[in-house]
Amino acid sequence: MTQLVYGTLGYDAAHMLGGLMLLLSFTLLSQRRMTALIDIYALQATCLALAAFWQGHVQSAPALYLTGAIAFAAKAVLIPAALRRLMLRLQLTETMEPALGIFASMALGVGLVVLSIMVVLPVTMQSQALTREDLALALSVVLLGLLMMISRRSAFAQVIGFMSLENGLILAAIGVAGMPLVVELSLAVLILVAFVVFGAFLRRMDRQFHSLDTTNLDRVGGQHR
Amino acid sequence: MSGLTLPVLVTVMAGLLALVPVSAAIGPRLALIGTAILAALGTATILVHLLAGAPPTTLTLPVGLAGQSTILALDGLSALFTLIVLAVAAMAALAACDDAHPWPTAPALPGFAAGMLLCLLASDAFALVAGFELMSVASFVLVATHHTEEGVQSAARLYAGMAALSGLCLIAALALLAPNGASFAAMRTGGVEPWRATLVLALALLGPGAKAGLVPLHVWLPPAHAAAPAPVSALMSAAMTKVALYVLIRLVFDLAGSGNPLWWGLPLIALGIAGAVLGALRANMEMDIKTILACSTVENIGLITLGLGLALAARGADLAPLARLAAGAALLHSLAHAGFKSLLFLGAGAVLHQAGSRALAKLGGLAKAMPITVACLLLAAASLAGLPPSAGFAGEWLLFQSVIGAVRLGGIGLQVMACVVAAMLALATALAASAALRLAGVALLGRPRSAAAAAATDPGPALRWAMLLPALAVTLIGLAPGLVLALAQPALAVMLRTAPDDTLSILALQAGDHAQLYAPLLIAALLAAFLVLITQLLRRHAVQGARGGPLWDCGYGDPPAWQPFGDPAAQYGGASFAQPLRRVLGPLLLDLRETIHTPPPGDISVARLHTAISDPAQRLVFTPLGQWREAISRLADRLHFLTVRQILTMMGALLALLLAYIAAMEQL
Repeated sequence: MTQLVYGTLGYDAAHMLGGLMLLLSFTLLSQRRMTALIDIYALQATCLALAAFWQGHVQSAPALYLTGAIAFAAKAVLIPAALRRLMLRLQLTETMEPALGIFASMALGVGLVVLSIMVVLPVTMQSQALTREDLALALSVVLLGLLMMISRRSAFAQVIGFMSLENGLILAAIGVAGMPLVVELSLAVLILVAFVVFGAFLRRMDRQFHSLDTTNLDRVGGQHR
Repeated sequence: MSGLTLPVLVTVMAGLLALVPVSAAIGPRLALIGTAILAALGTATILVHLLAGAPPTTLTLPVGLAGQSTILALDGLSALFTLIVLAVAAMAALAACDDAHPWPTAPALPGFAAGMLLCLLASDAFALVAGFELMSVASFVLVATHHTEEGVQSAARLYAGMAALSGLCLIAALALLAPNGASFAAMRTGGVEPWRATLVLALALLGPGAKAGLVPLHVWLPPAHAAAPAPVSALMSAAMTKVALYVLIRLVFDLAGSGNPLWWGLPLIALGIAGAVLGALRANMEMDIKTILACSTVENIGLITLGLGLALAARGADLAPLARLAAGAALLHSLAHAGFKSLLFLGAGAVLHQAGSRALAKLGGLAKAMPITVACLLLAAASLAGLPPSAGFAGEWLLFQSVIGAVRLGGIGLQVMACVVAAMLALATALAASAALRLAGVALLGRPRSAAAAAATDPGPALRWAMLLPALAVTLIGLAPGLVLALAQPALAVMLRTAPDDTLSILALQAGDHAQLYAPLLIAALLAAFLVLITQLLRRHAVQGARGGPLWDCGYGDPPAWQPFGDPAAQYGGASFAQPLRRVLGPLLLDLRETIHTPPPGDISVARLHTAISDPAQRLVFTPLGQWREAISRLADRLHFLTVRQILTMMGALLALLLAYIAAMEQL
């Protein structure tokens, strides 16, 4: 395994791919159009696949190539295609109003990135540089995905937020040398299963309410109140 | 010889523990016989130990938590309370042997006794907590024995809740004391900061205090004691409450430091006297003999706690003689109460078994039917009432002397307090006397109020001996209180950190030098002389032969043929006996509500008076606590009805807060 230090190609490329994912997370947070959300998500998954390939190359770990291939096939191709089909079938409107203003959610997102950097960097003082930066980026992506789930009313956007959160988890997993393959594989399977559940849920919700606004679900608890 | 005591006691404890699974497999009767034998062996050992004045010993057992040994110790204080526990356990188990088919949870009885013994012998925090919890769990099982009967389940639940609370408080108190190590020796040498010690005092009153039945957490005690089988009630009331008091003494007097401010005694004094008055008053109102006895336990625990509080205050004020007097009163009354209360509960068990009821309204007329039981019960009731020269009087006399001496404690405020306490103490003892009179008069004397009461006979030999032996002990305590006080001297030395006083007279009690003297033997001799004199005079001058019946008999004439026991309603009953006191003190203390139902004019049905009382602790402490719990659970319940986004937001915010906390911690 090559030593990764600041200024070498190995470090820079990994850092760039992680940074790209974070940037795409911010774009997800600010985007209102649904087709664009799917596209950005596919792009983020592609970056993740590239990052996995690159890590596989740098760490000389062939298992990571498999991870990258799965990530690309499942998240960059299959899931976006399925999401588009779902969108067409449900005849969703093109734009969705977020519950939280775009500016507010961007500001909160910046705050979360600062927070994750402040948490991760001092904790991992002892480990090598790449892992530290990568972990900070991955935690930021996770927190931004969570923020997206919070800031959107539409179940569709919340699903995409969840998928993007999971991208952050995989990014953290591939950045750490020696993470067993089985963990990454099971994460990939989990996300596919979750997608199937979400798809069924979205359809059901659309049939019931003719909308994907989750405020419709509040009434379910209302009968006990 | 003295070195052998602790190993023998440990063997007894191990034997009791081993009895639990063995008797659960073979049969509950084995548990009772085994407990009786082992506890009797232990009683003899500890009695020899105490009489010989053996020095304190320590024993380290190589078993315990991982990597730790268990430290056991026997000093004057634990030896005295061990005597109480083992003697009562032996008598309770012997009494239960009378029944060929004992109750099914009897295998928990040796576990209960072993838990109490471990609690007393423990000299490190872990052993103490283990013993305390074993005691709680085993006694819970025993309380829940008749769980199919009405009210038993709620009593057992309440008891379990209180036991859990007191266990938690005990653990917290010990954790506060143990920065230097969990053994008692480390706690004593380590020293405790004042705030820690004060917190320990509060936790000791809340935890072991609740277990002992101290107000305002005594509410569990009457229902639990009434629900348990009689020998278990005897063990709980006479021994377990004493173990809890022992833990309280150990924590407050011993482990929380040798010095304390004077005010430490005040909460104990206040709670003690409040419990004494309230318990005695409730004992006058209850209609179930075991509940009456349980309420009287609350009263007696209050008296003992009052003595402890006075001793603590006097120790803080450096008044060694007063501290010695008050602590001696508390220990003497502990022993006396253990004796007469176990006797009363065992007698109540015999009455329940033979007459088929615990309700005052169904008893009466037992004096001729079961003379031995009634004689023992009357002896114990005399102690309950505090009549000289009974065992109960000696401790109360010392207590009165120390309350009177408490005016020396400090300024006008404390003097006024001492006067108020003295007045309330007088009220409490008078109420206790009235309760004892009501119990004896209504339940034992008069005419039977039910057919079962009329057909009662004395119980079998095991139960008979289990009453006669404590009766003997109680008589001994009453006639030679000085002897008991002499046995308590090592315990006083532990509590007050002073040298034992060996100038005691065995036959009389004296409240300090040149102070009042109480010589029970003299009083007993005088009473006996008067009795003989009166008998002789009556025999000589009374009219011989048969005489005609009285003209006016207050409804007590010969019963008609169709009612062989007389009309029960014509007798003075438990409820009517209580009515004057209920009217006087009920509105003030018991939230009395009386409603009169009069039939409409022309209706010839009887008018009825309904009275309802409630314990002030129930009203002022438990009901608000229950309401708070409701409010909190309603608040928590709202979490179930949050919207999807609200739940996500809460999770996200919590995660962000956690991360921010970690980041902030790293910056420091």
